[in-house]
Amino acid sequence: MAMKKCSLPFAGTDEQEKALMAIIDKHREIPGALMPVLQQAQEVYGYLPIEVQDIIAREMKVPLSKIYGIVTFYSQFSLNPKGKYKISICLGTACYVKGAGEITKKFQEKLGIESGGVTPDGKFSVEECRCIGACGLAPVIMINDDVYGRLKGTDEEIADILSKY
Amino acid sequence: MSCIQTKSLRNTVFYKKQERVALRNCGYIDPEKIEQYIGVDGYQALGMVLTDGSFTPEKVIEIVKASGLRGRGGGGFSTGMKWHLARTIIPDADQKYVCCNADEGDPGAFMDRSVLEGDPHALIEAMTIAGYAIGANQGYIYLRAEYPLAVKRLEIAIGQAKEYGLLGKNIFESGFDFDLEIRLGAGAFVCGEETALMVSIEGNRGEPNPRPPFPAEKGLFGKPTILNNVETYANIPRIILKGSDWFTTMGTEKSKGTKVFALGGKINNTGLVEIPMGMTLREVVYDVGGGIPNGKKFKAAQTGGPSGGCISDKNIDIEIDYDNLISIGSMMGSGGLIVMDEDNCMVDMAKFFLEFTVEESCGKCTPCRIGTKRLFEMLEKITSGKGEMEDLDEIEQLCRYIKKNSLCGLGQTAPNPVLSMMSNFREEWVSHIKDKKCAAKVCVDLLEYKILADKCVGCSLCKKACPVDAISGEIKQKHVIDQSKCIKCGVCVNTCKKFGAIIKE
Amino acid sequence: MKNLADLQAIKEKSQNEMKAHSTRVLVGMATCGIAAGAKPIIEALEEGVKMNNLADVEVSRVGCIGLCQYEPLVEVVKEGEDPVTYVNMDVDKVNKVIEKHLKGGEIVEEYTVSGTALT
Repeated sequence: MAMKKCSLPFAGTDEQEKALMAIIDKHREIPGALMPVLQQAQEVYGYLPIEVQDIIAREMKVPLSKIYGIVTFYSQFSLNPKGKYKISICLGTACYVKGAGEITKKFQEKLGIESGGVTPDGKFSVEECRCIGACGLAPVIMINDDVYGRLKGTDEEIADILSKY
Repeated sequence: MSCIQTKSLRNTVFYKKQERVALRNCGYIDPEKIEQYIGVDGYQALGMVLTDGSFTPEKVIEIVKASGLRGRGGGGFSTGMKWHLARTIIPDADQKYVCCNADEGDPGAFMDRSVLEGDPHALIEAMTIAGYAIGANQGYIYLRAEYPLAVKRLEIAIGQAKEYGLLGKNIFESGFDFDLEIRLGAGAFVCGEETALMVSIEGNRGEPNPRPPFPAEKGLFGKPTILNNVETYANIPRIILKGSDWFTTMGTEKSKGTKVFALGGKINNTGLVEIPMGMTLREVVYDVGGGIPNGKKFKAAQTGGPSGGCISDKNIDIEIDYDNLISIGSMMGSGGLIVMDEDNCMVDMAKFFLEFTVEESCGKCTPCRIGTKRLFEMLEKITSGKGEMEDLDEIEQLCRYIKKNSLCGLGQTAPNPVLSMMSNFREEWVSHIKDKKCAAKVCVDLLEYKILADKCVGCSLCKKACPVDAISGEIKQKHVIDQSKCIKCGVCVNTCKKFGAIIKE
Repeated sequence: MKNLADLQAIKEKSQNEMKAHSTRVLVGMATCGIAAGAKPIIEALEEGVKMNNLADVEVSRVGCIGLCQYEPLVEVVKEGEDPVTYVNMDVDKVNKVIEKHLKGGEIVEEYTVSGTALT
């Protein structure tokens, strides 16, 4: 899992914090409660930003470093939020040779985020993926389950694709 | 084309050769109805054990020991012995625990998932009996979060058991209390290892601990603990009800009973089967499994997933049991049985398994953390055509080093697929190095895509499809692939289905 | 439930309930079955049994039957007879089975294991 700095500022609501506190309260007396608390907290927030880890550390009287260590160990926990529309840019060989690197840069510029990051409104996140098997359509990207192939990488084309969402 | 007259699965060779003990209720009862489980003698074993005065905890342990049941998670340790140690090493411990390993991390294995989704009460009943036997009143089921249906069915089952007074205080008015809790995994293969699993339940990074002390002495939260696999538990109610003698009528001398296998890969009947120990691999592959599809030739079967080894054609008549498999460099494992044919490359497969273990290594000990990475790099050298003969000796040496010095089972068994595939298919490995050839045509860097001049009609479809413009030729003229530009994506082959003029070799 | 006698009573009640229907229709509803499309199939069966007033037929979800290759699987179990195993089922086939087999007593042979390469 890439340790990219989260580009989305933490926007936890009071409701979410209430839900989190309820989860923590329910688990106060339970031995080994950290794992279920973290799992349920991720369900509330969608991911586990440092701010949430901080609350949990404080309330459960556990060092933040320990919580961070656990969150980064298990692949189920995510430090970064995913966007509503997940843009996966294929960086398999065929796509790479056809300019997927350039396309990645264009998406990053257009959305103002880095790979592994998410736009401030939570709408789009960009990540790289390995070959999805559509090499005949190289270069290829996927936005959630939609596949876009034979991309030229022009500004108009990218704007056009993004406008569909 | 039908080969059989019967309309019933029960009359097929696939079914008749099986002996369903752990899977006895799967596919027969509704897993969300406790009454149906009770209707097929469910909870009778627990009732007997708790109300019949002659069933002391020691007697229960004796029965399990005498049955010869060994750990079905792959370790093969005597279940009865494990329970005996947990009961006796610290007899007056103030707290003991019964744990179930339902993490099932081996890719290609789904035996435990099927028991959890099809017969969850068998697990609950067994763990309660285990609690009585060792003197524990609390159990934990460490269940993989990637099994949402299993989680749901188990939660329903535990709720029903509590409602019926089969879990909780004073079960069957015997004075024995037992409670069960589910703890979800979070996506770490290493948490299938005994000590890592317990440390994860305690709320930590899933990093294993050295043994001794063994969990029977000092396990979860520092207390005596038993940890058994789902399938091991699934056998317990039957063994208690029908007796240890009955169980010993199945299996081999040192491996009693049955084993559930998840048959997958290049086999006609992919699915879940339970066979008596001692059945030959040949019978499993050809009778139960229905043989290899598309007329291909059997090459090897992998048992034990990323921790196991392969069984090649020369050992296909091996009688499957714990010790036999170890003697040929493989292991029982949890039950994943992947069949491979002539189109699978044994260097590529070893690399595939190693890639998994490199990713899943927890990082605590150097031999595993760094050793497996270096091993993986050496395999990549070979599959990309840069291997040298000295590499084979170095690989073997590194494998033995990692096995000997790793802290836990993950590292200790990670080199198994490599060692096993190298020794069973040495010529294939040598060919990758000396001839730079992959006979199975899998290792992309060792392949060449060629256009057969006598079949090419010059339609140019391939030229248009090629993403890197590696194909040249005029319309109606023979086309040629420039090997220096070709990235071996294989798209051209798909465009030439009509004429079949493009091959890879 | 307090004691063994209670357990026995529930066991008997359950066995009587299972026998109350002369025919049980089992649908494989483990993850493999559901992924292959078992949910609409069990719904179609329940609907079909209700619509046709087949009081003798009980539709039941079950766990993994083991033959994952041929999911979705439906088994028709009549007391005293070999169960009939229908493979590779879909809603249309199920409706035909309801019509011909459950109502009419005639097994739809082409949908059973005998129509496969299983031996």
